[in-house]
Amino acid sequence: MSEEAIKLGGKKKSTFMDKVKELLPEGGNLNLCLTCGACSSGCPATGLEGMDPRKFLRMAALGMDEEITTTPWVWMCSMCQRCIYVCPMKIDIPQLVYNARAAWPRETRPKGILGSCDMALRNDSCSAMGTSPDDFRFVVEDVLEEYREAQPEFADMEAPIDKQGAEFFLNQNSREPVTEPDEMVPLWKILHIAGVDWTYGSRGWGGENYCMFLADDDAWKHTTGISAEQADALGCKVFLNTE
Amino acid sequence: MRKGFGDPIAEDLRFVVKSVVGEENFVDMYPNRSNNFCCGGGGGFLQSGYKDERLAYGKIKDQQIKATGADYCIAACHNCHAQIHELSDHYEGHYGVVHLWTLISLSLGILGPNEREYLRDDLKEVNVFHPETAM
Repeated sequence: MSEEAIKLGGKKKSTFMDKVKELLPEGGNLNLCLTCGACSSGCPATGLEGMDPRKFLRMAALGMDEEITTTPWVWMCSMCQRCIYVCPMKIDIPQLVYNARAAWPRETRPKGILGSCDMALRNDSCSAMGTSPDDFRFVVEDVLEEYREAQPEFADMEAPIDKQGAEFFLNQNSREPVTEPDEMVPLWKILHIAGVDWTYGSRGWGGENYCMFLADDDAWKHTTGISAEQADALGCKVFLNTE
Repeated sequence: MRKGFGDPIAEDLRFVVKSVVGEENFVDMYPNRSNNFCCGGGGGFLQSGYKDERLAYGKIKDQQIKATGADYCIAACHNCHAQIHELSDHYEGHYGVVHLWTLISLSLGILGPNEREYLRDDLKEVNVFHPETAM
């Protein structure tokens, strides 16, 4: 005699995956998985922390919310989206990862990412190294002056900050002005020779985006908003993200 | 490219790189374009503290680069540059990793002696602009 069938009772409880589905266009296709494994076979993060993209999605589908929202693997997925690219159903696993990051209490997220985001919130530069607008201006002007003198072919070269009406708004990774300022110069030269009308912004020049990596939406909106506001205020037509 | 403007922009960059280094000196890695693999520097990984995992993640990228036999890998993004530079040391491929602006300026003959941090000995002294300003 066969065993009695297991009856699934009660109202289906809302899972973490259901909540993420509500946030995404087409629900991120999160319930369309065919379990083929194309995502995992081409993911460099497969195997780290005993996890892979397919397993992560299956665990989410099974309502294993505790495991999904605590595994450190979400900080080892770079959200490169190759899994979406190869997926026959175009499932947005990276957004599931992003929201799992956001489920971590803020103070428990990786210290390095947290610290870089907090630095960006310190002043209007939005630099992950906390560099102030004044320090940035000083370094840029100092390096520019030095090169105009040393390389007379570039005596007319500019590296403007807050130039009203410039066509291009450039951001700048903090690493150059802070640790290797000479590395800013080749790009300036290329822009000069090409006759490009560009500017940095005193506000929002920092090109890093650690608040996004931290999955801190409010802080991410704040830093990106400052960059966008500055580009708009200067009347720039194109935002050139140099990252 | 996969996350941004897609493969057409990757073709534009190939045009730039080939113009700069010469068609015969450009080696594509495999797989490439939207099929390519992330190096593991992005998404905050560099600052996450998970160094061993990050290097394990980057092993695929390191093998792709070694398979080309190229002397230099061009990384147009800071996170990629830092990660691939570390991969080159860690897995002992010892290929150079350069920003695109360095090679463009070198090819234009406007790259000064103090703008060569990431060029190796083979290019350090090549076509130096205002060599007398070396620091």
